[in-house]
Amino acid sequence: MSDEKRESFSETEPHEADDLHLSVSRRRRVAPTLYGIMGEFNNPSDLVAAARRTYEAGYRRINGYSPYPIEELSEAIGFTRTSLPLIVLIGGIIGGLGGFFMQYWMEVIAYPLNVGGKPYNSWPAFIPITFECTVLVAAFAAVLGMLVLNKLPQPYHPVFNAPNFALATRDRFFLVIEANDPRFNHDETTQFLNTVGARNVSDVEI
Amino acid sequence: MMHVSYNAPPELKRLQQRALPIGGLLFGILVFGFLSNRGQFFRSYLFAFSFWTGISVGSLALLMLQHLTGGGWGLVIRRLLEAATRTLPLMLLLFLPIIAGAHWLYPWTHAEEIAKNPALVEKVRLYLNLQFFVVRAAIYFAVWLTLAFFLNRWSKLQDQTGERRFTKNMRVLSGPGFILFVFTVTFASIDWFMSLDPEWSSTIYGFIFVASWSLSALAFVIAALAMLTKYEPLKTVVAPLHFQDLGKLLLALVMLWSYFAFSQFLIIWSGNLPEEIRWYLPRTKGAWGVIALAVVVLHFAFPFLFLLSRSLKRNPHKLVLVAGLILVMRLLDLLWMITPNFTGDHFHVSWMDIVAPLAMGGLWLAVFGRQLSKRALIPINDPQFETVLQQAHSHSAHSVV
Repeated sequence: MSDEKRESFSETEPHEADDLHLSVSRRRRVAPTLYGIMGEFNNPSDLVAAARRTYEAGYRRINGYSPYPIEELSEAIGFTRTSLPLIVLIGGIIGGLGGFFMQYWMEVIAYPLNVGGKPYNSWPAFIPITFECTVLVAAFAAVLGMLVLNKLPQPYHPVFNAPNFALATRDRFFLVIEANDPRFNHDETTQFLNTVGARNVSDVEI
Repeated sequence: MMHVSYNAPPELKRLQQRALPIGGLLFGILVFGFLSNRGQFFRSYLFAFSFWTGISVGSLALLMLQHLTGGGWGLVIRRLLEAATRTLPLMLLLFLPIIAGAHWLYPWTHAEEIAKNPALVEKVRLYLNLQFFVVRAAIYFAVWLTLAFFLNRWSKLQDQTGERRFTKNMRVLSGPGFILFVFTVTFASIDWFMSLDPEWSSTIYGFIFVASWSLSALAFVIAALAMLTKYEPLKTVVAPLHFQDLGKLLLALVMLWSYFAFSQFLIIWSGNLPEEIRWYLPRTKGAWGVIALAVVVLHFAFPFLFLLSRSLKRNPHKLVLVAGLILVMRLLDLLWMITPNFTGDHFHVSWMDIVAPLAMGGLWLAVFGRQLSKRALIPINDPQFETVLQQAHSHSAHSVV
């Protein structure tokens, strides 16, 4: 019995391994080894100007990296809509309603207590905790929603393979046109980044 | 760029030309009210005074606030705030009738009635007497006028010379000035409005006025800025970003006012003590109750929800509607706070309650317009000016106003 079993395992194992191998190779075949092309810029205004021209040239899968937030940059790369405010609003509404009805349930249904002859549903007394719960859940929704939407924490990202990218936390500004952009063409895109004023253009490997 | 004029547009002249005769005419009509019903005249007058002084003094607070924080939003409204603080001499002049009419307004001026109430005798002897009332009012106005004088003077010198030390002077004065503002407004609101009922007290009352006067000043300045941005020079300087920042501050002040006003209600409602709840009972019944509800919905809930939206804050045409609504609700809230002191449960609003704020507003706007047209609409020699101009230009091509 046990021998038979082992045999059947040994028969299936290579098959599975083979399958796994196939799927890996299939993924390799589809995905390019190139993540994108990166241009380096000396200052934020050059980066924003280049990002605007890149967007106007029809590129859509672009991203900018800088040592500090640049307000115009997200607008320049066409990142104008985010669903984060909606998530925070929904979190706030859930928190507010939850906070109010939690107190309502406790004071009116679960454990009614006569306090100073006031009605059980003494809504003015519920307002501070309703407010606190609104803020609490909205804040959680903001932080967690932000992490889900920007996919952080991210232990590996291809842009770190690029030369000089360590300077992105100091005094250098970067623009990446990703390889899966429909308009992407290695030579043309490299040429394009040179014309929009990049001091250095390099490939970013996956 | 060198030959751009930052002077006020000629359209501002029209404001002065219209506001002054209208204000004068309405004051003429008020004289009939004064002759026929003196008590009502002074009540309506005090109500109007509480609103327009609030904009002047609140502008002083915002002026000091933006000197302390810096930022483009402060730079684009600085000249409006400065002009609003230069209406303070007018408010000092308009305060004099309140001293003359104290007998019609404040129960603590009636010696024979005070003598009947032992709890009030000491209060009146030490604090609530007309001599000390006048001395204190003089101190408040002295503080406000001194702060306004130096902030306006240094700002003018900065325009003329471009020297950095004036920028520093204004910032250094604004810190202690802001503390003085909170103290003077607290005491002024207790003297002028809370003492209408000398037996009632609320410790948060002064803070309600600190927040609400700043709020009405900001709402007024946003409305004025939105109208002036239709014309040069502000058209090219003010960007949607500035309106967004001002909208955020408006949201913060709406919430601050709501927080103070609700705190007072919650504490008095929870305690439910006869001497305190007495203040809320007439104000939550009948027509006053409807007004209270309107204040909650239109002074807090609607502006709060509206101002959460980023795109609505960036649109001056829509933001000005909220600012206008807040100004109307400020009037209604002050009427709700002041009038029931005299009428009790009985709901009564006089025609003078409508005419008095308009009459005083006419004079106020005329002085404001005149003061505003005296200087460039933007502090051109402020160190931050270039940055603000760049912000406006980098945005103008890519965002729709």
